[in-house]
Amino acid sequence: MSATKTSAAPRDPGIDKIPLALIPLVALVALPLIPSLPTWVTLTVAGLAMGMMIFIMASGLTLVFGLMDVMNFAHGAFITIGAFVATSVLIPLARWSDADSLWMNLAAMLPAILAAMAVAGALGWFFERVIIKPVYGQHLKQILITMGGLIVAEQLIHVIWGPDIIALPKPMTLRGSFILGDIAIGKYRIAAVVVGLAVFAAMFLVLNRTRVGLLIRAGVEDGEMVEALGYRIRRVFIGVFIAGSALAGLGGVMWALYQETVSSAMGMQVMILIFIVIIIGGLGSVGGCFIGALLVGLVANYVGFLAPKVALGSNILLMVLILLWRPQGLYPVAKR
Amino acid sequence: MRHAHSGPLKQAGEGALLALTGVNTHIGHYHILQGVDFAVAQGGFTMLLGRNGAGKTTCLRTIMGMWRASAGRIIFDGADIAGEETPAVARRGIGYVPEAMGIFAGLSVAENLTLAARDGPIDTSRLEWIFGFFPALKKFWNLPAGNLSGGQKQMLAVARAIIEPRKLLLIDEPTKGLAPAIIGHMIEAFRELKRTDTTILLVEQNFNFARALGDTVAVMDSGRIIHTGAMADLAGDPGLQQQLLGLSLDAHQ
Repeated sequence: MSATKTSAAPRDPGIDKIPLALIPLVALVALPLIPSLPTWVTLTVAGLAMGMMIFIMASGLTLVFGLMDVMNFAHGAFITIGAFVATSVLIPLARWSDADSLWMNLAAMLPAILAAMAVAGALGWFFERVIIKPVYGQHLKQILITMGGLIVAEQLIHVIWGPDIIALPKPMTLRGSFILGDIAIGKYRIAAVVVGLAVFAAMFLVLNRTRVGLLIRAGVEDGEMVEALGYRIRRVFIGVFIAGSALAGLGGVMWALYQETVSSAMGMQVMILIFIVIIIGGLGSVGGCFIGALLVGLVANYVGFLAPKVALGSNILLMVLILLWRPQGLYPVAKR
Repeated sequence: MRHAHSGPLKQAGEGALLALTGVNTHIGHYHILQGVDFAVAQGGFTMLLGRNGAGKTTCLRTIMGMWRASAGRIIFDGADIAGEETPAVARRGIGYVPEAMGIFAGLSVAENLTLAARDGPIDTSRLEWIFGFFPALKKFWNLPAGNLSGGQKQMLAVARAIIEPRKLLLIDEPTKGLAPAIIGHMIEAFRELKRTDTTILLVEQNFNFARALGDTVAVMDSGRIIHTGAMADLAGDPGLQQQLLGLSLDAHQ
C-alpha cells in the first residue's frame, strides 16, 4: 500500500524502549516480595553486578553468531582460560593483591587482566583458524567440533593447572562492603558494574561511531551484501572473534574473583546463563545481550533469595516468557 | 541460438567491458547455467531478459562471485574474474543491486551510503546529484532504512551502487514489486544515470521498463543465452517477443 505513494512518510521509531523498561519493572515487582528494603537494595546491586559480568562474557558470542552464523560452544573455554591465566599471574603477586593499597592492588590486577585477555584472545584466533574455519555454514559440525574443542581445552587446563579448584581471593580494596545505614553493598559488585558499563559504552561507541562498527552491524544483517560492497567480511569476523574471546577472558577473571575460586568447569557452568542471555537478547544484538544479561542477573538474585531451589529454573522460565512475547528475542536483528 | 543474431554478439565480445564464455554454474545438484556466452559493451544499458527460472539472477550472482562458475571464463576489463571472491570482484569496479535489494534495515540511509562509499567520505556533489532524482533519500537521511517504503528502499539500493563511480552495474529486477508510478520514477532516474558513461547490465521481467531503457538485449532460457541484439529490434517485433519471452508487448499491456 505505502509503495503507491512516494510521499508516505516513514517515522523514526527510535530505540525500542519496552525492553529497557523491563529492568526497572522486574526490580519493582520484586520490591514488595522481599521483606526488607536493605535486602532488596543488596540483591538488586548483586543482580546488576552479575548481569554485567555475564554481559562481558556473552557479548562476543552474540556478535560471532550474528556475523557468521557460527555456534561456538567452546566460548566457555575462553572464560576458563582467562580465569586460570589471571590466577597464575595473581598468585605470585599475592602480596600486592593482599596489600591495603588501591595502587598495589591495581599493580597486581592490571597485568593479570591484560594477560588473561591476551591469552584468551590468542586462543580465540587459533580456534577460529583451526577449528571453526573448516566448518563455516555447517551448524551440526560446528556444534560437534566446538564441543570437542571445549573438552580438549578443559583437559589441557587439567594438564597445566591440575584438576583441583584453586582459591582466588579478591584484591584487598574490593573486599567487604560499603555500609549505608542498614544497606550493605559489596565493593566488588560496584566495581563489576563500573567495568560492565565501561565495556558496554566502549562497544556502543565502536559499533555506532566507527566504520568498523558500521561494517559489523551491516555484516550481522547481511554478510553477503557487505561482501558485494567490496569488504572482506571474514577479516571483520576474525577481529570480532578475537575481541569477543578476549572479553570472555576478562569476564572469566571477574567471575572467578566474584566466586573467589577457579575451576576447569566454571566456563561450562556459566555458558548456560550465557546462552539464555543471548537468546533473550536476540541473536546478534549487543543491546539485547546487555538487557538480557541484567534481567538474568536480577531474576537469579531475587529468586535465589526467595526460593533458592528454583533459581536456575527461574532463568529458563524468564527465557520462555520473553520468547513467548518476542520469539526473536528482545531486539530482533533484521536478517536478509 | 538464433544465428541471425550471433553476429552482433561476436562483435561485442571484442573489446567488451564484460564477456562471458561458456559459463556453467551448479547449485547443489542443479545445473543452472549451461554454457552462457554473451558480452556487455562499454557504455549503455544491456537488458538481460527471460522467463522465470531461466538463470538470469544466477548469471549476475556468478559474475559477482557469489556462486562459483564450474566452467567457463568471465572477462571483466581485461581480466578473468571467474574464481575471484566477491569482495575482489566488487573492488574491480562492479556495483551490485540484488533482487532482494540487500538494504541494511537497521542502518540509517546515511549509514547505508557511507558504507557503500568504500574509498572514503561520500563525495557531496555526487550525493546532491543522486538526491536530484531520489529526493526521498535526502528527506529520510537519518532514518533506519528498514522504515522506508519498497520504492524508497529500491532507490537506496541503486544509490548505494552508484555512490561512487563504478565501471559496471549489475542490477537485478529493480521494478519488482513496485507500483507503476514508482516504476516511472525509476525510469527517469536510470535515464539520468545513462547520461553518465556507466555501463549497466540489468535483469528485468517488466518488458516496458526494459524497452524504455535498453540499448542491447540478451535473452536467456534454460541456462543459456538464446538471443542477443538491439533492444529496438526486439521491441519492434512482436513475433520475436512471443517466441523468446512467451509474450507480446501488446498482450503484456
